[in-house]
Amino acid sequence: MAKKKEGTEGKEVVKKIVNVADTMQQDIKKLKQPQIKIPLRALSNVEYSDKEGYFKLLPGVKERTLTASTIKTFAQTLRMMALSKQLLETDDIATKREAYYVSKNWGDARFLEQPESDNVMDDIEAMMTVNREQIGFIPEEKGGDVAGELIVIDVDPDTGKELEIDCTKFGSGAYSVPSSGEHLRFKTKAKFILAIETSGMFERLNKHKYWKNANCILISMGGVPTRACRRFIRKLADDHKLPVYVFTDGDPYGFGNIYRTLKVGSGNAAHINEYFCVPQAQFIGITPQDIIDYKLPTHPLKEIDVKKIRDLIKNDPFVIHHKSWQKALEQMAKMKQRAEQQALAAHGLNFVIDKYLPDKLKNNKTWLP
Amino acid sequence: MTQKSAEELAKKQREISIAEFFEKNRHLLGFDNPRRALLTAVKEAVDNALDACEEARILPEITVELVALSETRFRMIVEDNGPGIIKKQIPNIFARLLYGSKFHKLAATRGQQGIGISATVLYGQLTTGKPATIISKTAANAKAQMMKLKIDTQTNLPQILEEKETEWEGKEHGTKIEVDLDGSYMKGRQSVDEYLKETAIVNPHCTIIYVTPEAQQIIFARSTNELPPEPKEIKPHPYGVELGRLIKMLEITQTKTLQQFLTDEFVRVSANVAKEICENSSLLPRTKPEQVSRDMAEKLYQGIQKTKIMAPPTDCISPIGAEELERGLRKEINAEFYCSTTRPAAVYRGNPFVIEAALAFGGEQDGESAVRIMRFANRVPLLYQQGACAITNSIQNTSWKTYGLQQSKNSLPVGACSVVVHMTSVWVPFTSESKEALAHYEEIVKEIKLALQDCGRKLASFVNKKRRIGDEAKKRSYIQKYIPHVADALKEIVGFDEIKKKEIEDNLFTMLEQVRGELEEIGVDNPDYDPELAKIGQDEEQAEPEETEEGPKKMKKSSKTKDAFGGDEDEEDDFDSEEEQDTLF
Repeated sequence: MAKKKEGTEGKEVVKKIVNVADTMQQDIKKLKQPQIKIPLRALSNVEYSDKEGYFKLLPGVKERTLTASTIKTFAQTLRMMALSKQLLETDDIATKREAYYVSKNWGDARFLEQPESDNVMDDIEAMMTVNREQIGFIPEEKGGDVAGELIVIDVDPDTGKELEIDCTKFGSGAYSVPSSGEHLRFKTKAKFILAIETSGMFERLNKHKYWKNANCILISMGGVPTRACRRFIRKLADDHKLPVYVFTDGDPYGFGNIYRTLKVGSGNAAHINEYFCVPQAQFIGITPQDIIDYKLPTHPLKEIDVKKIRDLIKNDPFVIHHKSWQKALEQMAKMKQRAEQQALAAHGLNFVIDKYLPDKLKNNKTWLP
Repeated sequence: MTQKSAEELAKKQREISIAEFFEKNRHLLGFDNPRRALLTAVKEAVDNALDACEEARILPEITVELVALSETRFRMIVEDNGPGIIKKQIPNIFARLLYGSKFHKLAATRGQQGIGISATVLYGQLTTGKPATIISKTAANAKAQMMKLKIDTQTNLPQILEEKETEWEGKEHGTKIEVDLDGSYMKGRQSVDEYLKETAIVNPHCTIIYVTPEAQQIIFARSTNELPPEPKEIKPHPYGVELGRLIKMLEITQTKTLQQFLTDEFVRVSANVAKEICENSSLLPRTKPEQVSRDMAEKLYQGIQKTKIMAPPTDCISPIGAEELERGLRKEINAEFYCSTTRPAAVYRGNPFVIEAALAFGGEQDGESAVRIMRFANRVPLLYQQGACAITNSIQNTSWKTYGLQQSKNSLPVGACSVVVHMTSVWVPFTSESKEALAHYEEIVKEIKLALQDCGRKLASFVNKKRRIGDEAKKRSYIQKYIPHVADALKEIVGFDEIKKKEIEDNLFTMLEQVRGELEEIGVDNPDYDPELAKIGQDEEQAEPEETEEGPKKMKKSSKTKDAFGGDEDEEDDFDSEEEQDTLF
């Protein structure tokens, strides 16, 4: 059933692509310079409302008119659209890297570096208001690691039969989130999801089977969560009404990049944030107050960290919306200190399991929204 | 240790004749190595010939012949069509150092001190032991006078070894000098060939017929029959006279009073100014010059500095002219852009002077190395001591980046460009007697920089224009490149036929290209360029062809051998500049 749905979606995207191209060629016939309109993908062009729970794209668009200086990007965008159409019609996919290599056949219109092709891809995505999986491109990035009380129901690509993957049975390893997980279903009795910034902390918790005692699902994000990771957590949390707790380093990067992106999405991919965000996420630590309460060893903030804090307070619609986040960030700016997740080890290697997490989970007043 | 008495030491103390001095310090005169010696000899003879012709208002026609007697010995024969020299003066002019007509007057002539040609005779005599032969004829109906001359180095007096009257068939008047000397003949930027070529370029009124040691005849024909205006002689300006010279002038003057001395011997001194000078010096205007003591002379000197005196007249110098300079450059260099400028006359130490500059940019020039510099002083090319010259320094200290050339701090700019600078003055200040580098007077450096900046601004507007046209051309090639891709992709997505695709391409072309108008073209368009001329003075062969089969080790070895023989052009130049530094400090 999922497959069929993808098929019709694909047809719709193909239709959109053909429409854009057709309008263009009609313009050219009339000797009118063709234009393409692409939603402006930037933090300045999103708004945040608590009700919706994610960064929503504003109507700002960039218009690109075909002129001597834009003709190269035009050619590349059209070539990329043609490739996307071909992929959708043959029910195939290409990784971002592969798409970049396909462009090497385009002669002068080829991309010189992958960021160029990624950017054009993002433009098409935004133009079609779909995500890149829907236009036939998949990222190479890993989705994240999962361990705990969860059974993932996937499909065997050869036989089409259902596969049950038990995430308690990976021993010291973990289940890896696939780049595209729209078709996955879940069985779980866990009480919550714990999303963790670093794989080091994830390994410690997994090794001591923290998930068993706490009856939860552990997910390692490995830095800023990828789209696949965000989508996986969202789907899992939605399907089973699970709360999502986030545990990162106590620094502006952990707050502003990792947590914020997980919860409300990013400015760059605002056109798809609706599906790639986890509005139910809650931040449990490490908060600036934790640094004081738990007497954590710290590092001084670098100039770039202070700048990041100022930028978050001034420009990030999410932070602007939440007074408590502004306070927390101000507090950190005053302390001029930051603390890593691993700093908890100063009180004993398993302090995090025995004391910190149980304490924090019990007291939601120490959380941040 | 036995002490020596003053008397004993006095036995060894004696006068050194100027000839003896230069015998030991010939590098000061430009005879420091065989290659340069040959050039200096030719240069002195040709400079004198040109000066003589111009002074007599004759269109110069000069023959220079170098005969290779052996690998290291040459006979130099230089003949002019000048007024000739009367018999009595021949020995003094050619065989007595510091004898001449130009030292005591101030006029924009090539020669200044009266050393050059006799130094050449002395150098020939020192290296070959042979006398110089001079033939001179002063009128069509007169007989020619032949003399064989040497210099007595102890007395600095001419020795006449032989003299006779002789017939000089087919010659109305003129002078010919023949000197045998040791030297070395090579091509390149510091060669006789280059010197004569550059001379011809900045003296378009002269014809030079040159027979190389390889017996090849090159004729630099005159391109104008107009002589440059006669260099006017001016008296010294009070500001330009040092105390020593002032004392000397007071000694030899024929005038009766100090006031008369000042008004008669100097320029820009009226009776009133003279009185003012005397007042400022606390001296009486009626003081007799011969009674002026050293102390009084010093007072007078101070008084002159205190008095405001009008700048010297500047009509006494005649620049080549920006147009003429540029035309010369066009013959030599095939470039895309030329410009030139002549500064108004300025004054240093009481001497009026004019700076001219010209530039040639782009075209066939090498863009990877430092710009080529061509320096001239009173229409004489300066080929040596580039590093010590105020011209080079001024080029280095001008900021060329804003004019579109690359330049690292305080060094010569890099780019496909040649820079010509000419200084003309009644007295060109050289750093040494060999007259190859201009001294660093603040006023001169300032004027050179102003001239360069003027040319630089013109260059910048050309470079910018070229860049704009380049950008436009790039955009157009962009359009050409990507139109097919746009059409192709549209065809693939929408699915239409080739005919429609062609229509799309044509329409895109109409939309994007035809609105842009005509593309201006920049290229080399220089009908004046003379490739044969440009070749003269260039390095004979562009380095030996690389022997690719040989390993790198062997290559190294072969280049070492080359060094040992000093055969490599560049090596030679480096060596030379090192030596120059020794002389300077």
